[in-house]
Parts: sequence; C-alpha cells; structure tokens
Amino acid sequence: MQNTTQTQLEFPTVMGQPYEVIPDDLFIPPNALELCLETFSGPMDLLLYLIKKENINILDLDVSNITDQYIEYINFMDVLQFELAAEYLVMAATLAEIKSRMMLPQEVHEDEEEDPKSALIKRLQEYQRYKSVSEKIAVLPRVDRDFFTASAKLPEINIEKKDFQITKEELVAIYQEIRSRPDLKINHQIDFEELSTQERIQIILGILSRRNIISFSKTLRKSEGRHGVVVTFLASLELAKDGHVELIQNKTDEIFLKSKIGATS
Amino acid sequence: MNIKLINAVEALLFGAGRPLRISEIRSFLELDGLVAELSDIKKCLNELESRYKESSLEISEIASGYRLQIKQEFSPTLTHLWNERTPRISKALMETISIIAYKQPVTRGDIEDIRGVSVSTQSIRSLLERNWIKVSGFKDAPGRPALYSTTKEFLDDLDMKNISDLPDLPDPIEANEIGIEDQAISQAI
Repeated sequence: MQNTTQTQLEFPTVMGQPYEVIPDDLFIPPNALELCLETFSGPMDLLLYLIKKENINILDLDVSNITDQYIEYINFMDVLQFELAAEYLVMAATLAEIKSRMMLPQEVHEDEEEDPKSALIKRLQEYQRYKSVSEKIAVLPRVDRDFFTASAKLPEINIEKKDFQITKEELVAIYQEIRSRPDLKINHQIDFEELSTQERIQIILGILSRRNIISFSKTLRKSEGRHGVVVTFLASLELAKDGHVELIQNKTDEIFLKSKIGATS
Repeated sequence: MNIKLINAVEALLFGAGRPLRISEIRSFLELDGLVAELSDIKKCLNELESRYKESSLEISEIASGYRLQIKQEFSPTLTHLWNERTPRISKALMETISIIAYKQPVTRGDIEDIRGVSVSTQSIRSLLERNWIKVSGFKDAPGRPALYSTTKEFLDDLDMKNISDLPDLPDPIEANEIGIEDQAISQAI
C-alpha cells in the first residue's frame, strides 16, 4: 500500500530535469536534500504533502513508521545540512507528540496550552495562504522575463573642450608661488627605545666581574618586558659562544651564567 | 500641444533607460531651458501614449515613475535576442518575497515562523542583491534583528505602481479544504 503511493508521488522537476530515482522505502529521495528547500520548500511543504496525499493510504501507517523514515532521512542529511536535519527532527517530534496525545485519554482542561494539532493546522493554513499567493506572484509579468523596457542609444554628446592655454612665465610664477608657501608640515619620527645586545653583553660582563655567577633571571629588568628577556638571552648566548661565560642549567628551569674569564685570569 | 515638448519628453524617456518621475522630467527640461508645468508633462505622456498605440511601444506608470516598455505581446519575438535566459526564481525565494511583501516590515524570524523552515542568509542576500528588498530598520527585540521591506524596484520589476497592486492574500482556507481533514490527520498520524 505504501509502495504504491510512493510511486504515485509526483516529484517536481529539479533544475528542469525530472527526478527519476526514487527509493521505495523513502518518502523523499535522499539526494534531493540540497534541493529540498527549493523544490519542496522544506518540511512544512513536505508535511502538507504527506497529509494531503497520504490521507487514504496512510491508515495503517503508525507514527513510528513516519518517524523512522524521518530519522532515516536525517541520517542522510546530517552530514550535509545540520539545520535542515533539525527542522525535520522537530517535525517528527511534533508528529509523535500529536500521536501520543491522541492515544491518551482525553482530559478537558480549558486553560491548557494550545493543542499542538490545532496549532499545527493553523500554521499550515497560514503558510498555505502565502504559498498560494506566492504562486500567483510568480506568474505576474516580470521585467526581462515577460516584458522588456525600451531605450534608445544616446546620440553623440559634444561637450566643448576649451584649449588649455598657459605661458611659460605663468608656469614659473605658479611654481614659485608653490615653493614660497609656508611649510606647515613637519615630520615626526617616533622611536621606541631599542635594547642593544652589545650593551647587554657589557652589562652582564660588568656584573660577572663583581660576582662569579649569576642566575639568568637576576640579569633581567622587569621594565624591559619580553623584549628585555630576548635581548638578555641573545647576549648570554653570544657570551657563551665567545667563551666568556658558561651557561649552566640544573634540573630547575633557571639558567646560570658563570664567568670563565675570572677562572682563567 | 507643443510638439517640441512632447519630443523632448520622449527623448528623455528613451535616453534615461530607467523610470523617470514627472518632477524629474520637469527639472531636466528646465535645465535645457524648457519650462513646463507638471500637468503639461502629464499631457505629453498621454500624447505619447496615443502616438504609440499603433506601435510596439507603451508607457507604463510604475512605482518609480514612467517607463518606456515594449508591449508584452512582443516578448516572444524578443526572447530570441538573448541566449541566456533570465535566472528562474525558486519557489522558496518566491515564498520569502511574498511574505515580506504582505507582512512588511518583517524579520527573518517572522518569515521562518510562517514558512516553518529556516530562511537561508543566501536567499535574503539574493533578494537584497536584486534590490527587491531593503533593510528598513531594526526590530526592538533581542539581537536587534533587521527588518526587511520591499523596494520600489520590486514593484517596477513586476510592472506595478503600488504594493496594493499585488494579488489579494487569500483568506485562511478551512482545514478540510486544503486536505487537512480532522479524521485524515488522526489517521495520518
């Protein structure tokens, strides 16, 4: 029963080509997903479709069957379009809610929240209004499709060009005038204090001449920030390379600078 | 009626290649030293219309003014001039523009509420690019969502003067008429 209705479903043409491959166990071909919004206009449409077309044959189709098929559809979709998958999930959940409400004994409470079924019908009705009017608007005469505007090539428009006349003397006078304008522009150069590696080497050597060993962190000045750390580190490496100091690191993170000059002299 | 004035109005309409308002026509004429009342220009337009009766042209009054058009009966003749067909507008996009047209100003959320699906940024953008809609404000609600309204160009493109020229929005159809019979719905689920 289900299958016969499936084959009767009329799928709109997609990009001018009829959709032919329709899996028997699916309401909608899974690869129609991307076009779903365009041709089916999404789940509202689909739901309308289901309710409209399936109302005779769907008699023995229970909600779990519908939700199963929705979920199957979602499985196809979630890889591609999460948003859409969520829409369908809401739809499936709504259907499940309606179904469960119908199966439970009816209790009449006046001030209860709106029955989802009537809310759904209301939404479908509202949507139907715009859907049908949009079909009317779609066939209204439209520019460049149904009618065309008229225009004519513009005639040659002659704008008189005045000759540009200037004498040598005028040119010189203008140039001199420009030169004699007061210079109101002054360049400012903003320097930032550079930290010199050479200078730092001298500082470190100075410290090491007074005490034989110093920890790396003690040579830093807080005000110099990260830049200072880099310069001090470069200076230390430079000194080590030239054999002036020995860099020692124990199990701690701290590096020590040990003077080699003092040891030799 | 001054034939020179009529021809000048005609020349402006032909040359502009876009709709012109009567007031615009007047100021253009004035720049050229032709002084005319608005009513005179209206008369010129009427004159031109009767002149075109036997031709393929017509003057259409639309939202942005007056425009020279080729009578629609000649459209089939013209379509072969261009190889490219004008891009189709999807059903989804038509629904979106319809909701904006009747309920404006609306937020994207309002459209989504009616259509029941999310409205893609792309479809809003494509309507904006087409100049069919514009952002007319921001709703005083959390997130200050943009409010969309239709433009004059939308009306121009559909050969309309006012938004009221749109077809009437149908009344809500009874549930059973759109095939949602109560019984059917119970059975369906």
